[in-house]
Amino acid sequence: MSINRRKFDALVIGAGGGGLRAGLHLAREGVHTAVVSKVFPTRSHTVAAQGGINAALANMVPDNWHWHMFDTVKGSDYLGDQDAIEYMCKVAPKIVYELEHFGVPFSRTEKGKIYQRPFGGQSQNFGGDQAARTCAAADRTGHAMLHSLYQQNIAANTHFFDEYFAIDLLRDDDGHVTGALVIEIETGEPLVIEAKATLLATGGCGQMYKTNTNAHVNTGDGMAMALRAGIPLQDMEFFQFHPTGIAGRGLLLTEGCRGEGGYLVNKDGERFMERYAPNAKDLASRDVVSRAIYTEVKEGRGCGPDGDHVHLKLSHLGADVIMKRLPGIRDTCMTFLHKDPITDLIPIYPTAHYVMGGIPTNRAGEVVSVGKRKGTEAVVPGLYAAGECACVSVHGANRLGGNSLLDIVVFGRAAAENMIEYVRANPAHRDLPEKSLEQVEGRLARWEQTGEGPSVLDLRNELKTAMETYCGVYRDQETLATGIEKVAEIVERIKDVRLKDQSKVYNTSRIEALELENLADIAMATVTSAHARQESRGAHSRVDFPERDDANWMQHTLYLREGRKLAYKPVRTQPLTVESFPPKKRTY
Amino acid sequence: MRFRIYRYNPETDREPYMQEYDLPEIGADMVVREALIIIKGVDETLSFRHSCGEGVCGSDAMNINGRSALACLTKLADLAEPVEIRPVAGLPVIRDLVVDMTGFYRQYRAVKPYLINRDPEPEIEHLQSIEDREKLDGLYECIMCGCCSTMCPSFWWNPDKYLGPQALLQAWRFLADSRDQATDERLDDLEGPYKLYRCHTIMNCVEVCPKGLNPTKAIGHIKQLMLKKAI
Repeated sequence: MSINRRKFDALVIGAGGGGLRAGLHLAREGVHTAVVSKVFPTRSHTVAAQGGINAALANMVPDNWHWHMFDTVKGSDYLGDQDAIEYMCKVAPKIVYELEHFGVPFSRTEKGKIYQRPFGGQSQNFGGDQAARTCAAADRTGHAMLHSLYQQNIAANTHFFDEYFAIDLLRDDDGHVTGALVIEIETGEPLVIEAKATLLATGGCGQMYKTNTNAHVNTGDGMAMALRAGIPLQDMEFFQFHPTGIAGRGLLLTEGCRGEGGYLVNKDGERFMERYAPNAKDLASRDVVSRAIYTEVKEGRGCGPDGDHVHLKLSHLGADVIMKRLPGIRDTCMTFLHKDPITDLIPIYPTAHYVMGGIPTNRAGEVVSVGKRKGTEAVVPGLYAAGECACVSVHGANRLGGNSLLDIVVFGRAAAENMIEYVRANPAHRDLPEKSLEQVEGRLARWEQTGEGPSVLDLRNELKTAMETYCGVYRDQETLATGIEKVAEIVERIKDVRLKDQSKVYNTSRIEALELENLADIAMATVTSAHARQESRGAHSRVDFPERDDANWMQHTLYLREGRKLAYKPVRTQPLTVESFPPKKRTY
Repeated sequence: MRFRIYRYNPETDREPYMQEYDLPEIGADMVVREALIIIKGVDETLSFRHSCGEGVCGSDAMNINGRSALACLTKLADLAEPVEIRPVAGLPVIRDLVVDMTGFYRQYRAVKPYLINRDPEPEIEHLQSIEDREKLDGLYECIMCGCCSTMCPSFWWNPDKYLGPQALLQAWRFLADSRDQATDERLDDLEGPYKLYRCHTIMNCVEVCPKGLNPTKAIGHIKQLMLKKAI
């Protein structure tokens, strides 16, 4: 099979906020760049982010980046790398102003500045009063950002490959990444894109859980590509369950609901978060609020005939605030629940939302694999990652609301900056690694086998159910061990799946089959990493190890696909310029 | 519930046809997207786009019982049987319910859909009053699903010359933005008998927009501005 080839200086895989921010920087700097996305860019899941983006602009109450940094370190349950966190929080105001200059229609204050709302885990003065740090465009901030970034890319003439699906990375014998094999979904034709520098910005993998807030396309493609290229995934046991998903529906209601003054009540009408987090109450960090809801339900104080959820109360905010600040939330509740938050209580339950783990990178966006000596890192030349698929790690064991939109633009931009340097320092393309290409083509050829076998949809559903059952909010050794068995069995059975539809043109079944393989690899990484970590930290709650264990577990997990092996590396507790925040007991 | 779905695979079908499917069990709140996912579980050859499932990504616009709509926001309970699902009208079909949106996107790009401000970049944000910001409400929320343009007879007739309601709504989104400085240039670009003036206020666009936006009104504002500029 002879495959068409295209050569670019830089290749960006994924066109959500991270990929588009990177693409824009590269295009403006005159770097010949291809941006590949399996969906048209504005369909990327950044579009669904609601509440906002954190930056210490101090437009509402006093604020500074150092407080933002403290909150992020504490929110991460001290697993976040403090050099990367310092960098992100310090650059945040500039990054947000830049977005505003790109045209993002932020909501405004009386003085005409960017409106900011309070969000969970935010404080002034290192744990003092509630801060208001989340810059918002009503409750459609992700949509506003994604569209503005796409629009600026149009102005910059970025070269897009819309609806191209990335199969795998090409990596030569020296370990350099030299591009990727992709297929054009419309024709089903493969294409080799060679590049001097490649960025993975493919987003999250929430589809591995049965009930999740993620889009159908969030199947962790880039993470699985990294795994197959011999690169580990970091901290995959830390998966965030968002406190306020619509119960049973997998639809997100922004933390901004509580930021604007909404709160949670149980069946007795009690504002129960006062018991779990006396100071921050409903604006404690997400892991804390999700566990509280879970406990209320488990102890019989849940709402509804089956007592299986709690209520979000917004009605006391009044129609004016709800219609101005939370119009999208109101639409969603009316459409899917026939309930109006202006008058009605909204049933909610913790829902799989965000992966803190991902492809390990440093704060320059360079992908770092396991080094030769124990606990060390080694840069993968030519490969970068940013956004939800990456693990810098700024979120550690638990991400704060409003920090993900920040993460994607900060590190999308930082990665692009370093790719520009790299491309200029390495002006020649490396030879196409034929051996790697052959291997990668095998992944496509496998799906040309015909015959009988289980269906993609059935196995996908089984995988999602297994993850929800054996790797959910609360975990223990035995459940996780069963989870590993179940997922391993599904991984085996995927080999028997056959596609009935062998056509080429816009064959979505083939894409879904490839996505299933990706999800299964990531699920395996998640449950294996969770099984090994014998402590409770952030979103990883072990019933059998309920305490955080800083003596043994202040370290990042690294999962390798081959042999399903685990390695560890220390947390970077040393910031760039300020003093380190040492681990403390975490209360809100 | 009975469905009649437009099928066409250019590799195997000489021409399109309608295929029937029956779903015995329909949940009370089920939407068209969920039904299509179940049908695809039975017949994996059916192709359609979908993603977020909550009406923000704009992937799953299709023609449902004669009108453009998002499959994820259309409740089965509100539909007459058999539910007839076709690709949105006026754009070339690639396969089944998947259309080629190249022309639609080209018209979007043609209106320079990005903020143009030629002042030196300020150190902080551009200031914008609450009132000025409110002028963007009802405009910036567009999800580019194409429901409006694919229900617009003027767009059907002149898809290459008439910009269509989606692109024009976006043209107005930037004209209405107090931070934008390219008003004259934008208006000049809309001159001519087709680009803007083929809107005959049929208002199908308003009727079908899943986000409740009003392209006809936006087009009216642009026409007013053109008039003002002319005199």
